[in-house]
Amino acid sequence: MSHHASFPAARPRRASTRRLALSVLCAATTVLAAAPALAGKTLDAVKQRGSVKCGVTNGVAGFSAPDTQGQWSGLDVDTCRAIAAAVLGDARKVEFVPLNSQQRFSALQAGEIDILARNTTWNLTRDASLGFHFTTINYYDGQGFLVPKKIKVTSARQLKNATICTQAGTTNEKNVADYFRSQNIPVKTVVFESFEASFKAFFAGRCQAFTTDVSGLAGLRNKEASNPDDYLILPELISKAPLAPVVRRGDDEWFAIVKWVPNALIEAEEAGVTQGNIDALKASGKDPVQQRLAGAGDDLGKLLGLDKEWSYRAIKAVGNYGEMFERNVGAQSVLKLPRGANNLWNKGGLLYALPVQ
Amino acid sequence: MSMSGAPERRSAALGLALQALLVAAVLGGLFWVVQHALEVLRGRGVRSGFDFLAQSAGFEISEGWLDYDSGQPFWRAFLAGFINTVRAALPAALLAVVLGTLLGIGRLAPHALVRGLCAVYVQTVRNVPLLVQMLMLYFALTQLLPDSAEAIRLAPGVFLSKGGLSLPWPLREAGAFWPHGFEWPEQGGFNIVGGAALSPEYLAVVGALALYTAAFVAEIVRAGIASVAPGQKLAAQALGLEPGAQLRLVVLPQALRLIVPALTNQLLSLTKNSSLAVAVGYPELVSVANTSLNSTGRAFECIAIVMAVYLLLSLAISAGMNLYNARVALRGWR
Repeated sequence: MSHHASFPAARPRRASTRRLALSVLCAATTVLAAAPALAGKTLDAVKQRGSVKCGVTNGVAGFSAPDTQGQWSGLDVDTCRAIAAAVLGDARKVEFVPLNSQQRFSALQAGEIDILARNTTWNLTRDASLGFHFTTINYYDGQGFLVPKKIKVTSARQLKNATICTQAGTTNEKNVADYFRSQNIPVKTVVFESFEASFKAFFAGRCQAFTTDVSGLAGLRNKEASNPDDYLILPELISKAPLAPVVRRGDDEWFAIVKWVPNALIEAEEAGVTQGNIDALKASGKDPVQQRLAGAGDDLGKLLGLDKEWSYRAIKAVGNYGEMFERNVGAQSVLKLPRGANNLWNKGGLLYALPVQ
Repeated sequence: MSMSGAPERRSAALGLALQALLVAAVLGGLFWVVQHALEVLRGRGVRSGFDFLAQSAGFEISEGWLDYDSGQPFWRAFLAGFINTVRAALPAALLAVVLGTLLGIGRLAPHALVRGLCAVYVQTVRNVPLLVQMLMLYFALTQLLPDSAEAIRLAPGVFLSKGGLSLPWPLREAGAFWPHGFEWPEQGGFNIVGGAALSPEYLAVVGALALYTAAFVAEIVRAGIASVAPGQKLAAQALGLEPGAQLRLVVLPQALRLIVPALTNQLLSLTKNSSLAVAVGYPELVSVANTSLNSTGRAFECIAIVMAVYLLLSLAISAGMNLYNARVALRGWR
């Protein structure tokens, strides 16, 4: 905080005029230089740079979070790694750019990142007015509530006159307002700028409930609560939150790549192709779907501007969607989320891969 | 008329012309930058403009003076945020000036312990970032106070808890001046309901702003008093004035000349610093702008509104303080 506010100065001197002119000039050139060239060829830029710039969270367990060694992991992180593997041949060639929820859209618009994979909800306003294309949904989420068991609440309808903590810059605030308005239940929301401040206030007892997407609630309860068993996720889902990686409009080639790589991972699960068996299938598979995914069948990569083994490398790097899910948010992770809506369509879920053929 | 009159006039005219040229260039440049930015945004399919202000905002604001709900348009939300900024800055400024003046006088007190305590306060508080103090105060309030269900009853109808401070509030008939009764806060399940409620967010913001700014005000007051020639105080003593009257009637009026301009800067800082409130969840202007920015995607526009509002607020405070300064300044010295 500087304290050089505008107290009316004495008569303007010439030296200060010159300084003013100089600083205005500097500011103007910064603004102009910061405006990036319209990205028509993201793929070329990525290849030339040798890395994919991927916008992620500052740390949301299961989706994108750095560990103590600074290694990123999570569902969104793996999606970016799969794309790097497909495009550059190396899943490690990703530059992760942590963004808070207010920064994320501007960062993508300004061309600072190639992909925004930051558990971002796909809705009409965002799709139609930000200059973005949403690609393939990698997680079906919904907004819910976390409450301490000691307040003896088992349904969101019992939250009359309660205070609810949440984070700014998300769709959550609006969903909460809509839900309780429609139910005619008065509540108060306290909105914090950072995710951390918001859940700390909740665990300190400032609020009776905390709200965000259920996947986030599970992460919070299992990682941040002093005793996870003292907290309960209420059964109500008050919104649909399909999460998908996002790219800028105006580059259809890149859009197609970011759409089809995650799709290939889902198709791999449908077709039974895994990180473990893909080499064997590549060498001696019979099934044409498996063959194509393993890079041994028709060359579909060239249609995307990639090579024949694009999907082979992606699956080899992160596994199929099911493996990615279990490792990051499912049974093998701290979140232990059930597959639920994120299971394959033929197993009762919503995932339906477009045919890679 | 002096001999050098003509060249002086010419250089003054040249200076004016140069300044006018500069202003024109700056404005032109600014216009071009904005036009260019809008064009680029349009080219990328990004919607821009201020038309969103008329749409319904869709989010709630948890506290404030303005009657607002989520069905109202964005401009009402911004207005509510602005009023909340004033609601925090105004009491904080009053508290800071009162506390700062006492501390500043305390730093010059004849009593060594008082002097020392005031010095320690000023040095500690001035040298810890405001954001840290605000978060500390907030988490102290929310961690240490009891849950709303077990609120401390300070006096009849006055409750203190994690939910904040609840007070009785006078009820008035429409049009009547005198209240006909009070609305008493009471236990309402999760929280204390009814009466006037000051949230812990609000208390933390006002408290931190006041305590922090008071340390700076103290130094300004001390410097102002120290600037009054020692002979003035001696003269007051010679007249037989009490120590309190010496300060009030002789020293402070002269010190104010130096204090007021510097104080203006502190009040401006305080107002702008109130934007840190977003960190502890108080819904002021920046908080509302953040939320609007996210739900509409109009980053450029929302930031521009925030900038314009703070600029106008600062200019208004400057103008007010300048008026006051003109009244306390020594007359005939300009």
